[in-house]
Amino acid sequence: MKSIVTLSIAVALCAAAHTVRADEIQVAVAANFTAPMKAIAAAFKKDTGHQVQAAYGATGKFYAQIKNGAPFEALLSADDATPIKLLEEGAAVAGTAFTYAVGTLVLWSAKPGFVDAKGDVLGKGDFRKLAIANPKVAPYGAAAVQTLTKLDLLEKVEPKFVTGENIAQTFQFVGTGNAELGFVALSQVMENGKITKGSAWVVPGEFYTPIRQDAVMLEKGKDKPAVIALLAYLKGEQARAIIRAFGYEI
Amino acid sequence: MLLTDNDLQSIWLTLRLAGIVTVILFLVGTPIAWWLARTRSHWKGPVGAVVALPLVLPPSVLGFYLLVTMGPNGPVGQLTQALGIGLLPFTFWGLVVASVFYSLPFMVQPVQNAFEAVGDRPLEVAATLRASPLNAFFTVALPLAAPGFLTAGILTFAHTVGEFGVVLMIGGNIPGVTRVASVQIYDHVEAMEYSDAHRLAAVMLIFSFLVLLVLYLWRPSPKNT
Repeated sequence: MKSIVTLSIAVALCAAAHTVRADEIQVAVAANFTAPMKAIAAAFKKDTGHQVQAAYGATGKFYAQIKNGAPFEALLSADDATPIKLLEEGAAVAGTAFTYAVGTLVLWSAKPGFVDAKGDVLGKGDFRKLAIANPKVAPYGAAAVQTLTKLDLLEKVEPKFVTGENIAQTFQFVGTGNAELGFVALSQVMENGKITKGSAWVVPGEFYTPIRQDAVMLEKGKDKPAVIALLAYLKGEQARAIIRAFGYEI
Repeated sequence: MLLTDNDLQSIWLTLRLAGIVTVILFLVGTPIAWWLARTRSHWKGPVGAVVALPLVLPPSVLGFYLLVTMGPNGPVGQLTQALGIGLLPFTFWGLVVASVFYSLPFMVQPVQNAFEAVGDRPLEVAATLRASPLNAFFTVALPLAAPGFLTAGILTFAHTVGEFGVVLMIGGNIPGVTRVASVQIYDHVEAMEYSDAHRLAAVMLIFSFLVLLVLYLWRPSPKNT
């Protein structure tokens, strides 16, 4: 009995201590940044005690949710246009937007050896489906279309498009083998600086407009120390090392 | 109503999908419902539960399993490839297969209830008049259960029209092939084309209301027989 009392006091004290120093931050994070964000959130929690509650998804959907009162305090966008739009519309805090990562597009297949080092597999047309993210809403989808246009292959491969609503779903189509090929984010297939599974062609940067991914503080996170700390942390060397290890430039 | 060609295409595709699924489920669901209504087998419980699963399962679970099992490494995918059909995800017929599973309870349960309401008596009478079981089924049980079939057909059709999560997960959003109206609306919203989204959403709302209105107006009040 005594031990139960002691235990419950200890638990209560821990809970109290927890609420004093650590805050929870609600962040909307672009789907392509899922893996690095998890690593950064863990490191951030270790260093500051703040808990990051991240929602991962399509930036366009987050925009609609933020405009309609979603409780997000910061947005890690997949592009640089959405933060600007939110700033213009007064939903984000002026002067807080910055580029946290520059994305790299990769043509990827779950099959080893299927994609060659130059991406010639696209021209051969020896595949059933090519997965891309919805180019209307996802920057990686738009970059994929730019790349295909540059290669003069858009018309040829367009009938083979299957479109994921965001880059995570696009990866899922390719990862399950339902589409032999897909344009995904390098961050999705890279771990510790290496492409760990399947085969890939890293699309040269001159084929598409750089995918600048900007973060911004939202009105709901204004003046909150934990949110300020997270955004500062993202600019720091520790976070940047993680971000680079996942195949982004910064 | 100013709908774009793409919107009209998605509506037509949705209606075609729902129509084909309803016809298939009439053929597949009726024997299952008949068996469930008449059997005394101890398999009745498990089979009934499996049929009802799509009512409870999130579409993401169904979509995920379908994507994996119908994919090149899944058992269904290997079967369809061996049969020379190819792979089902990202095809119209893939959506049909998925929707048949997804809408199964909406067909089976009303029909099963209708068969149960018919009871043994009319069939026994038919048998004494030397009707074969098959004959009795078509000339006695089916006509008596007709209201249940109408309800089941309308519900199945409407439920397939309202499908979204499963289609999103296995469809691949191909215009004219897998981009149904619900996905088209989602696309409009994501692309911040809210006025387009509103127009198509209004069409869906009115359609759904009318379907349910017909169902409720038509459904006769309980009889005391």
